[in-house]
Amino acid sequence: MFFDLTDEQRMIQRTMKEFADEVVAPGAIERDRKKAFPKEIFQQLAEMGIMGLPFPEEYGGAGADTISFAIVTEELSRVCASTGITYSAHISLGGAPLNLFGTKEQKERYLTPICTGESFGAFGLTEANAGSDAGGTETRAVLEGNQFTINGSKMFITNASYAKHLALTAITDLKDGKKEISAIIVPTDAKGFTIKDEYEKMGLNASNTTELILENVVVPEENLLGVRGNGFKQFLQTLDGGRIGIAAMAVGIAQGALNKAVRYAKERKQFGRAIADFQATQFKLADMAVKVDIARTYVYKAAWLKDQGRPFSKEAAIAKYYASEMAMEVCDEAIQIHGGYGYMREYEVERYMRDAKLLEIGEGTSEVQKLVIARHILAD
Amino acid sequence: MNIYVLVKRTFDTEEKIVVSGGKIQEDGAEFIINPYDEYAIEEAIQKRDALGGKVTVVTIGGEDAEKQLRTALAMGADEAVLINTEDDLDELDQYSSAYILAEYLKDKEVDLILAGNVAIDGGSGQVGPRLADLLGINYVTTITSLEIDGTNVKIVRDIEGDSEVLETTLPLLVTAQQGLNEPRYPSLPGIMKAKKKPLEELELDDLDIDEDDVEVKVETVEIYLPPQKAAGRVLDGELQAQVKELVNLLHTEAKVI
Repeated sequence: MFFDLTDEQRMIQRTMKEFADEVVAPGAIERDRKKAFPKEIFQQLAEMGIMGLPFPEEYGGAGADTISFAIVTEELSRVCASTGITYSAHISLGGAPLNLFGTKEQKERYLTPICTGESFGAFGLTEANAGSDAGGTETRAVLEGNQFTINGSKMFITNASYAKHLALTAITDLKDGKKEISAIIVPTDAKGFTIKDEYEKMGLNASNTTELILENVVVPEENLLGVRGNGFKQFLQTLDGGRIGIAAMAVGIAQGALNKAVRYAKERKQFGRAIADFQATQFKLADMAVKVDIARTYVYKAAWLKDQGRPFSKEAAIAKYYASEMAMEVCDEAIQIHGGYGYMREYEVERYMRDAKLLEIGEGTSEVQKLVIARHILAD
Repeated sequence: MNIYVLVKRTFDTEEKIVVSGGKIQEDGAEFIINPYDEYAIEEAIQKRDALGGKVTVVTIGGEDAEKQLRTALAMGADEAVLINTEDDLDELDQYSSAYILAEYLKDKEVDLILAGNVAIDGGSGQVGPRLADLLGINYVTTITSLEIDGTNVKIVRDIEGDSEVLETTLPLLVTAQQGLNEPRYPSLPGIMKAKKKPLEELELDDLDIDEDDVEVKVETVEIYLPPQKAAGRVLDGELQAQVKELVNLLHTEAKVI
């Protein structure tokens, strides 16, 4: 057992901590209010080589590990969860499936611009009637000659307005009434492809969440990603990695909320003493710290298993389930410690809570995580 | 261009510092590259990228200082040298640091040496100038701009709220002031490559330095934290009366006039 970060991981953590505090934190309130996408921040992250973090150097990546990815996602989310989710989706939903299932040509063409930051990464799965139940997928891709013609729509798709291309799932055949689902890479400037970002969300306002409408969008057959008919399986594998990202976001948000609660508890005086002197506050802070620490340790474990090439699906689900629920609890208590000020935007913990809620929902709700965990336990 | 940068590992003064038994507690303290040295590293990298050559970062200290050197390598320095005095010396001062650096650099082909204007811990600002003197080369302190054309150098120097423009020639030692540049964050590829870059570790023996040669000349009498800042006072009443009271307080209470 070895519980320390490597020198590289530590240096990445230090660098990202400074970057988050100096560059990302200052505009976070404003970006939330104005729903402004943090484009300049990502330009800087691209210059720092962070956008291709876990991908191979031959495609412009940096060849770093999943723990490093979790560290970067956590540090960004600690000060601005919108920046955190943009990054997490870019890597784990946008880049990862191309890296896992793409051919060499596809990687050169589509993964490289994601690594350099020229394009954001995005993935089109969710539809009005299909989330974790991918069987509800209605988007169809009809192969004629050597071209797919795609019709349908996708919703809640992160980053698509800033992506040059994305992979999406579509029905490519019907066999005995069973849908064959495949993943296909589609350039976002293709004719008939419309991307709308008109959602009014509870939180994560500075992140880009879109609706995709495909009307007779034509792409060559070579844009098929991975194996035909494996779309759903590939997607599940992609989500396993994505869940580590969501869990890391949760740890970051909760750590940020805890930091703010600690600072406030020391400053705020009532009845002639700092409220941090009261056990009622101390017990809250202790509970919050326990949760954050346990969640982080577990996220690292799931990431480590992935880096070792070992099964990590159950652990990613545990990490995502526990970390996202604890993030809501910690944010709730952080607001409570702040009292009336905590309800105000200026003190930021209310934003943390709005942002954290998505983590119990996106990339599989808590309930779906429990199903995944139970399935593993029962199969043992 | 052969560029050397003097780097010091210091406490992060933005983190909590605990003094006990006349010493700063190292446990739990955060350590960083002295912020002024970061300007020096950044300038060295920019000059190398523009003019070619090699950037070597040098520090004196213990094994732990390797972290700061690796960070400088991750930023883009080419090589690092750790002069490890952990086993030989209990303490260092400006004299001994400059002497050790001079012994290391005296046989080297040096075009430019950069250092921070001061270290934020000791704050003497002496090591750079002392080293230049020992090496017999020019030096300029607290620079905010550096232009090199062949061996001619044009420098803007910060002089307490104003600027001074100087011309000099290489070889040269300069110390960096805030405003010289904006130090970069280490890039991820830089971080991944930092471990593979050469880091040479030397001891006093390797430099033929006798411990007696570097006996410190400065004695530390006491270390203490600055006094807690007291709450301010707001005067009220008529403006005229306020001014009178202020002058009176500055004279009798603060005793500054």
